Amino acid sequence: MRSGLLKRIRIFFAVVFIMATAFVFIDFRDILPDSYTGTILYLQFVPSLIKYITLPSVAAAGFAVILILTLLTGRTYCSAICPLGIIQDAGSRLGGLIRRRFRRFGYGKPYTIIRYGILVITILVTITGGIYMVSLLDPYSIFGRFTTYFLKPVVLLLNNAIAGILNRGDIYSLYRIDIKGVTIAAYIIPVVFFLLVAAMSVMKGRLYCNTICPAGTLLGLISKVSVLRINIDHSGCTRCGRCALACKASCIDFHGRDIDNSRCVGCFNCITACREKAISYGLYRGRLQSDGYVPDEGKRSFTVGLLFLLAGIGDAARGRDVPVPKKQSTVREKKNLPVCLPGATSIENFLSRCTACSLCISACPKNVIHPSIAEYGIAGIMQPRMDYHRGFCNFECTICTEICPTGALMPLATEAKKLTQLGVARFIKENCIVHTEKTDCGACSEHCPTKAVEMVHYEANLVIPEVTDDICIGCGACEYACPTTPYKAIFVDGNSEHISAKKPETEKAVLKTDDFPF
Amino acid sequence: MKRRVFIKKGTAAGIAAGAAMALGNRSGLAAPVPPLAGYDMVAVMGGSPEAMFDLGIQSIGGLGRYVSKGQKVVIKPNIGWDVTPDKGANTHPGLVKRIAEHCFRAGAKEVYVFDNTCDDWVRCYSNSGIERAAKEAGAKIVPGNSESYYQNVTIPGARILKSAKVHQLILDCDVFINVPVLKHHSSAKMTAAIKNMMGVVWDRRFWHSNNLHQCIADFTMYERKPALNIVDCYNVMLKNGPRGVSVDDLVQMKSLLISPDWVAVDTAAAKMMNLNPEQIDYIKIASRMGAGTMNLESMNIHRIKM
Repeated sequence: MRSGLLKRIRIFFAVVFIMATAFVFIDFRDILPDSYTGTILYLQFVPSLIKYITLPSVAAAGFAVILILTLLTGRTYCSAICPLGIIQDAGSRLGGLIRRRFRRFGYGKPYTIIRYGILVITILVTITGGIYMVSLLDPYSIFGRFTTYFLKPVVLLLNNAIAGILNRGDIYSLYRIDIKGVTIAAYIIPVVFFLLVAAMSVMKGRLYCNTICPAGTLLGLISKVSVLRINIDHSGCTRCGRCALACKASCIDFHGRDIDNSRCVGCFNCITACREKAISYGLYRGRLQSDGYVPDEGKRSFTVGLLFLLAGIGDAARGRDVPVPKKQSTVREKKNLPVCLPGATSIENFLSRCTACSLCISACPKNVIHPSIAEYGIAGIMQPRMDYHRGFCNFECTICTEICPTGALMPLATEAKKLTQLGVARFIKENCIVHTEKTDCGACSEHCPTKAVEMVHYEANLVIPEVTDDICIGCGACEYACPTTPYKAIFVDGNSEHISAKKPETEKAVLKTDDFPF
Repeated sequence: MKRRVFIKKGTAAGIAAGAAMALGNRSGLAAPVPPLAGYDMVAVMGGSPEAMFDLGIQSIGGLGRYVSKGQKVVIKPNIGWDVTPDKGANTHPGLVKRIAEHCFRAGAKEVYVFDNTCDDWVRCYSNSGIERAAKEAGAKIVPGNSESYYQNVTIPGARILKSAKVHQLILDCDVFINVPVLKHHSSAKMTAAIKNMMGVVWDRRFWHSNNLHQCIADFTMYERKPALNIVDCYNVMLKNGPRGVSVDDLVQMKSLLISPDWVAVDTAAAKMMNLNPEQIDYIKIASRMGAGTMNLESMNIHRIKM
């Protein structure tokens, strides 16, 4: 096929996928039913793969669809479905507007060692150590973090500006939402990657996808044997080089009339660029020239050695156990474990499956889910945890459990969620207002949905909180509501395994009410 | 003009201007509350919330005594929790709807409903049934989720809560109707009319950490007071309040209390729950600060049984 239609089809899908995927993250009004989230994110390669490994099912087989798609069409996933790939095309276009040089790509040699090195390290580290390399490099998750931490606040700002005007006009269909942000340190990784991806795409097209992205490299391996690919018709080609200049992936060697299909992302720009109509997309016709390739054994063994070394470093970085903060003075909250999200089943399960795409962080209506910095160990950076200083878990809400694309959070029915113990509240009497000020407070007990935190007699007419561990679900309402600073008088210590809390016992209230008592 | 004279005159002018501005601000609600038609309080028992309100408000001459044509009315229910109406943690949606209808019948231009909720506000508004009920009556449901909706005000007579951030609707409206639900409360012992004001301010933590009872009472000194307090005592949470754990916490009292005096209405509400009002500090403090009377004997109460 030589038609420019291919490019238009690619752009159509790219626009649909980027809009839908971004909307899932930005949907601050929760317009989209949670079940649609799964459909929209179904084809995201890495999340789907992780979900499938956890729980093999058709619902998690999106990655297989992509594998087949790649085998048939090459890396079209990278151009039309991968959100990070699509925004890089936008970045690259922007680059072209800034400087002419940035829109003339030309052939570039592949960074073979780096790309396969990263792929192999990622796989090895993931198998032996943990998921953090995937978290760091999965393009969908990187995109998720960009959207959550940079784009959504901008959209909220815009919403608030419009809502402000409408509200003044007595219209409340739009409302203002406070932009709360996350802790500064959590911005480091998204910012670094944003700068990296932005710079590479602005100047060099798809250099990131073809050098760093492990998903791109993996699909590139498959696309080496794909059925359909870009072909150069030698009889028509004048070696003018226009195709190479137009190639964002820098994968067309027009002198040799050769295309590095492992790097070709199927954008079809070369087809439109070729004036001789010598470039077409179709069945692979075979390579016409021998490339005289001889493997370099020295280089190979060096690469393998390097990989193992890095894998070792990666493993060391993980840390064997979830960290125990240093014991401090009596009034500091000493959390032995961070609190992990409902649906995680255990901290370990969660950490091994979550790629830190931040979708749950974005979707949580109570702003309780925040990226961790060191709470899970440095390797767990950006993986979400419950931050009860910033919010608490809404008793009846299960949104986060329903939308997780990697299966790090498994769906929980509302009734089950209400009995899932994420942790247990711990009371620090020395910090409590009732103890220090000798005045009533009770904010903790007020917010407690199970009355695991109950006010009991203290001194004189005062009441003070008391925790019943087995009915506490660790929702953090008490910790959030507690007004003491900087340390709370009540806090939730995480459970490593989420267990079932006991259902609170109830007894029918009785009071004779057949007449007014006044 | 000598410098000293200038300063004296200038200061005097400034004080005059400031006072004029302050009085001007107050004029909206400074008008004395009209007495109930012969009664200081109406207590109704035995009907649906809607029917009890119809009867109760009729017995004091209709809501038209408090709401005039063209006015902006705010109804402040308790929508604190993401629970369904049968749990008794929020004001009965049917009652909110009926009050809004009466407001419009009295000629209100707009009726607004809002609360600063504890649980996620979108879910609270929706699952409490109040959003739908209010909209069905033609009222506007207004968010209270963002600090930007609140404005700082001073509370001159207060002992501790000398200033607070209050929802702008309370500042902008002509009439303000307080519609709490009667509940047990783990720390304040009971919540009804006076304590419902914790939902019109932004920073509740300050109240909790600075003598809760005094702060609750202090807010009764704020110049904008509800014209009427309508206490929903239909399903009354007797324990595990204010959120409640199960419907076992409730006793169906099928009652409604209406009074412009919130100290009196809270005193009566406490008795409904078989509590001694003398032991609920904020009621006692508010009474002592002159916000109303705890002496129900001195009041002309109309008791209606349906």
